[in-house]
Amino acid sequence: MSLATAIRDRDVAELPGKRDEDWRWTDLRGLIRILPEPSHAFAGDVGEGPFDAVAEDCRTLVNGGEALIALPANSKATVALRLISRGAGSHAANVTITLGANARLRLLESYESDAGSVSQTSLTIVLADGAAVERIVLAQDHEDAVSVSQAAVRLAPKAEFGQTVVASGARRQRLETRVIHPGGHASLRLDGVYLLAGKRHSDQTTIVTHESTDGATVQLTKGVVRDQARGIFQGRIVVAEGADRTDARMGHHALILSDRAEVDAKPELEIYADDVACAHGNTVGALDEDALFYARQRGLPEADARAMLTEAFIGEVVDRIWFDDAREVVRDWAAERLRA
Amino acid sequence: MLKVQNLHASVDGKEILKGLSLDIPAGEVHAIMGPNGAGKSTLSYVLTGRDGYEVTSGSATLDGEDLLALAPDERAARGVFLSFQYPLEIPGVPALTFIRTALNAQRKARGEVEITAPEFLKLARTKATDLKIDFDMLKRALNVGFSGGEKKRMEILQMAMLLPRFLILDETDSGLDIDALRIVSDGVNALRSPDRGMLVITHYQRLLDYIKPDRVHVLSGGRIVASGGPELAHELEREGYERYEKAA
Repeated sequence: MSLATAIRDRDVAELPGKRDEDWRWTDLRGLIRILPEPSHAFAGDVGEGPFDAVAEDCRTLVNGGEALIALPANSKATVALRLISRGAGSHAANVTITLGANARLRLLESYESDAGSVSQTSLTIVLADGAAVERIVLAQDHEDAVSVSQAAVRLAPKAEFGQTVVASGARRQRLETRVIHPGGHASLRLDGVYLLAGKRHSDQTTIVTHESTDGATVQLTKGVVRDQARGIFQGRIVVAEGADRTDARMGHHALILSDRAEVDAKPELEIYADDVACAHGNTVGALDEDALFYARQRGLPEADARAMLTEAFIGEVVDRIWFDDAREVVRDWAAERLRA
Repeated sequence: MLKVQNLHASVDGKEILKGLSLDIPAGEVHAIMGPNGAGKSTLSYVLTGRDGYEVTSGSATLDGEDLLALAPDERAARGVFLSFQYPLEIPGVPALTFIRTALNAQRKARGEVEITAPEFLKLARTKATDLKIDFDMLKRALNVGFSGGEKKRMEILQMAMLLPRFLILDETDSGLDIDALRIVSDGVNALRSPDRGMLVITHYQRLLDYIKPDRVHVLSGGRIVASGGPELAHELEREGYERYEKAA
């Protein structure tokens, strides 16, 4: 069951739905009765991407297709990867990214749809020993779009992978990351932000499997939802038998700014090893009314005070982005949505 | 300056202020003393417009303008400042950013030009030095992890930078040791001026040794039950509030 096969075979029976435990809050089968026609090739101008100013190189896929980014050992690159949907058809994309030993990649990925398309993107990211990737994803989909991104990441010992997924939702939006963590002093950071308004939906799902000893994972996801929007966080960390001295920490915190908005969270730790340090924290609440009054007493109009406090709330995640220039792109992007 | 007449206010349907009247002319410092539960903090929140504090009758004006009709930020822009009994922590917002945002919001509301970054930093450095606040502390999130005394000093710093016209100090002495009390009081006294009024709310007389009031009022049972000169504070310290609680 996957959206990719459903699109390929034009068969809605292949769509994942609420009977699949991992998809119960993102029920595509219940939503899509008929898949749209396959998307046409698009040759027009796609405009600027969010990371144009900070990337050295840009790969663009419009309405599906394939891309390969291969970094030889010891090389460095900063690449924008734009996954663009034009029109309301259905399509899938495939991206393979490989890094040789000690190579370093800044991957600045964006999802940009402009209508009610149904799209799926598969990414395979493989890091050799000592390689490092920082992946920053801006998912700015159209409110009618169904957009699913599924990344499979495989780390090698001493590799480093940092990720920040920033999403504004869609009709249905899912950003899924699966990481095979070999331990061996490899380190992983998986962060996320979702800022949802209207009737938008966004699902951030991560599954990390620690296969061997001495691995570290840190995760922090924060969301702000208002109107009738719905945010979903599913985080699973599996520590396999024998993966001793694993250190894994997961946090998810959300602010709900209206009565009809919703957040569903499922943090899971599955631990089969003895000597591990694992923790998770999860909170969902409203904006602190006392802090809001305090800011207003100092002269901030209500809307400005709310924006300041929500920006500060997600700022903790944004501050963890390593690449300075991209961090400011993300900060501005988030501020614009929070002030809207 | 501040005129409060026959003010009645409720919280959760329970009447806390029951006909409170108060007149504080510009240039004067008035103290309100009273037992716990008398309505001291309620008065400070009603004057600043906090949600959940419902005025059922009476009026409060600042220089003739109806305060109760204004939003909290509009009152702030008119110059009303509350030094909180328990200053809030604002995670993720550096103190400097918070104060500059507040200052510029007030200036904007008054139709004044915004303060430039260099001017602001210079002002912040000067005021921080006066209040013996380490400037690096202002780069940290406002009040997060600060001690009780540091939080109070941060209130006075904001006051010194925002230069409000009417100050309400709610239990500013609570949680302060003698040294901190002196620093905070010096900061407040530096703001005394002929065109500025102050309302000092306190349970104990101690603070009034440092911030000397022109008038002292006793608040009990939601009303002012006695008023007098500074000697009234000493009398309360000696004899307690019991007599006034009965009167209320």
